[in-house]
Amino acid sequence: MSDRRTISVTINGETFEREVETRLTLADFIRHECLLTGTHVGCEHGVCGACTILLNGRTARSCLMLAVQANGQKITTIEGIAPNDEELHPLQQAFQDNHGLQCGFCTPGMLTTLLEFLQDNPDPTEREVREAISGNLCRCTGYQGIVAAALDAAKRLQAGA
Amino acid sequence: MGAKMFGARIARLEDPRLLSGQGNYTDDFHLPDMLEAAFVRSPHSHARIDGIDVSAAMAHDGVVAVYTAADLPENLRDVTVPFQVPNPAISQPFQQRLLENREVCFAGEPIALVVADTRYNAEDAATLVAVDYEILAGADNCKDALAEGAPLCHADSPNNEGAKYTVGYGDVEEAFKNAHLTHREEFWVHRGGGFAIENRAVVATYDELDDMLTIWSATQSPFLVKQNVVDMLGWESDKVRVIAPDVGGGFGPKTVYYVEEALIPAIAKELGRPVKWVEDRRENFLATNMERDQYWDMQIAVDADGKLLGVRGSMIHDTGAYMPWGIITPYISATTLPGPYVLPTYELETRVALTNKVAVTPVRGAGRPQAVFAMERLLDRAADKLGIDRAEIRRRNLIPTEEMPYALGLIFRDGKPMTYDSGDYPKCQVEALSLADYDGFPARQNEARGKGRHIGIGIANYVEGTGLGPFEGATVRIQPSGRICVYTGGGDSGQGHWTTLAQVCADKFGVEIADIDVQKGDTAKIASGVGTFASRIAVNAGSSVHLAANEVREKAIKVAAHMLEAAEEDLNIEDGRVVVKGSDLSVGLSEIARAVQGMPGFSLPGGVEPGLEATHYFSPSQSSYCNGTAVVEVEVDPDTGHVDILNYSMAHDSGTLINPFVVDGQVQGAVAQGVGNALLEWMIYDDNANPVSATFAEYLLPSAPETPNVAVTHVESPTPINPLGVKGAGEGGTIPAAAAIISAIENALSPWEVEISGAPVTPSMIVEKVQRS
Ligand code: FES
Ligand code: FES
Repeated sequence: MSDRRTISVTINGETFEREVETRLTLADFIRHECLLTGTHVGCEHGVCGACTILLNGRTARSCLMLAVQANGQKITTIEGIAPNDEELHPLQQAFQDNHGLQCGFCTPGMLTTLLEFLQDNPDPTEREVREAISGNLCRCTGYQGIVAAALDAAKRLQAGA
Repeated sequence: MGAKMFGARIARLEDPRLLSGQGNYTDDFHLPDMLEAAFVRSPHSHARIDGIDVSAAMAHDGVVAVYTAADLPENLRDVTVPFQVPNPAISQPFQQRLLENREVCFAGEPIALVVADTRYNAEDAATLVAVDYEILAGADNCKDALAEGAPLCHADSPNNEGAKYTVGYGDVEEAFKNAHLTHREEFWVHRGGGFAIENRAVVATYDELDDMLTIWSATQSPFLVKQNVVDMLGWESDKVRVIAPDVGGGFGPKTVYYVEEALIPAIAKELGRPVKWVEDRRENFLATNMERDQYWDMQIAVDADGKLLGVRGSMIHDTGAYMPWGIITPYISATTLPGPYVLPTYELETRVALTNKVAVTPVRGAGRPQAVFAMERLLDRAADKLGIDRAEIRRRNLIPTEEMPYALGLIFRDGKPMTYDSGDYPKCQVEALSLADYDGFPARQNEARGKGRHIGIGIANYVEGTGLGPFEGATVRIQPSGRICVYTGGGDSGQGHWTTLAQVCADKFGVEIADIDVQKGDTAKIASGVGTFASRIAVNAGSSVHLAANEVREKAIKVAAHMLEAAEEDLNIEDGRVVVKGSDLSVGLSEIARAVQGMPGFSLPGGVEPGLEATHYFSPSQSSYCNGTAVVEVEVDPDTGHVDILNYSMAHDSGTLINPFVVDGQVQGAVAQGVGNALLEWMIYDDNANPVSATFAEYLLPSAPETPNVAVTHVESPTPINPLGVKGAGEGGTIPAAAAIISAIENALSPWEVEISGAPVTPSMIVEKVQRS
């Protein structure tokens, strides 16, 4: 019988307590135990970035972490970015306004990565944005809309601050 | 009446859901009591199977069932994937069985299926299935595979030639005899896979009460999945429902049909429980169809002015171990070569080689980038030898606009003569050159060289048949609530059909696109469908929405005329209401929809049929031909081989635009895939055809820093083939990319007289060429 532990993880403000196998990845925990399926899995080897979440405010690849490692920690996923059900976060709104997504599969990782990045670097250049998302693969957009969205979001966030 | 929606640059309706994590992709479904499946796949490119022992796997925790071919219901043991598109040129149309237990012909071919309570347990148990292999030599490189004595892809076949055919027209012999200049060169073009970020996935559930099988699949073509499930499993068509929910990218490989899409439903029925299978990335590298190698041995003949006299040669196409899509890809390659040019004579012999690799089926561009690469390289060579500018030699050969429609002299794969319906090729090239400031390039190059930098410019043109038949239908229905619903068969894997089809519909009723729901990719919602591939949805479904919405509009007016006691000519539709022109009298679409639901005992107003809805299945008489010109400026570091794309300009003509915002996105995304093909993406195999590059660390997709911004300008030549004048836009960005980028790299390295005859070209190849020169 495989090794199991009870863990408690706070995701988007809600606490999930589950008994899990120690080998369960954090991505699978979020998606299949907590049923927050907005976080996506595209490679399970740390390259595509679709599974990126914010762990205590910093980006982490949930496919490369075990759920038990997140015990007692705070996570933000794509479902937790918007201020409420009616409104989008300025970054999300900039994605819609700049055609920053097509199929939406890379989007959770793009948003979480850029949220962290724009906090650290509120007034980035295009080159810096491109470097920031260089670990996130998008097969649909050619990145142009994503980069435009990030630059636009930086402006909106600064104006709002 | 609100602003016109058709043609407007508007943001997508799809986005808020997807941006807040509310999408529903296939792996997001969690059905009660659901089991999960994992496959045992061949680790060898070619082997005979002498035995399979599943006992240890069966005994593993959580395992519910393990299937090999022998354990499948009898009718499924030897059934193969249906041969989709037969052609007399195909001599050995090998097709894959659901599970193989005799001879595996590619690494990744499924041998057993383990079903367990969790994916973790299923995968554990899969490693416990013991297969006794007798390893055989594999047919690897497609050129070698056709040589005498090459290892056989299928041990019992006479050779590795799967198909052979010649296309062409005119007296090529004569043309070459009279040529001022000829040039011969061999090109190798490697095209990679689709590599959508979402892998394939299937969930199936069987409901005993109404004997109904429901399948969710990450597919571009739910109707094709349904048809094949019906054919392979021998089920009644109306007992199968296939849904393509949100799909995380397609790019071709999710168009075709796979064994997993039959096995998972079959097992779900067998076990009486829902079953889910989600492909992992390794499986995706091994077992999802892709495109790969073509070798072109080509000759060009031109006169002293650089005018084309003829092109001839032969091409070898790697098709992998099976041919589910027949010779579609190489046939498209062969018929794409003439492109936008007046080419008086042409002959190409194609040989399709069976190799011990996963099947080749279309990937975005579908055989065209390779053909464009060959043709454009030949034109570059002719220009160099004649001392004519590369843009100028093309200009001299472009089909003049007045000659549209232009009969090419070739027969397309649907058996009909190929005729370009419309387009302004000279204008497209002019626009792309001006966008790229081509005329200012020599000065830029000189200046850069003065600083020790090596920049170069390249150009490529293409023509692409889009909007293929047979049809894609649409139902437009006004609900009693007044909301308008559009139903269509093809799935959406990022194209934004909700938005664009709503744009086609909205103006008919004077409503906002947000007032329209578009339900797509569900076989229960419309009687027939085909799928989202070959850049065909805007053309086919778009035209069907247009026709159906017009009919609903007419019906609404007819019924309203009765309700308002007015003449039909005096009525108009504004803001979702039928109004009597010049008065306050009006009736809402909702009331009209209710009126035609009928009232017991009363006849329907105006004697119309019940329901405020209409269905149309638009079927185009032929493809509509989209075209474009790419001009690319690069900087190359001759010491490291690094290529930096400085400017990427594209003039693109996909006819009338429904939403330029969405089309720009399609072009930009398609260009990125072309950048991958030019510089990065290479599926590598060892000499025995075993895959070497099976992760994203070894097979490189373009990431943000190396992907250029694309400046797009649209030339709009509406096609007469459909009522909207639209042509497909999904693939054009990819098609000329490798040709233009590599032309630019050569140009940058002209001091070394480097010639590049293949793609992708990697930094080490560039350094080697520079050092050898
Ligand atoms: S799924 Fe985690 S990086 Fe790709
Ligand atoms: S939007 Fe499809 S992968 Fe980025």
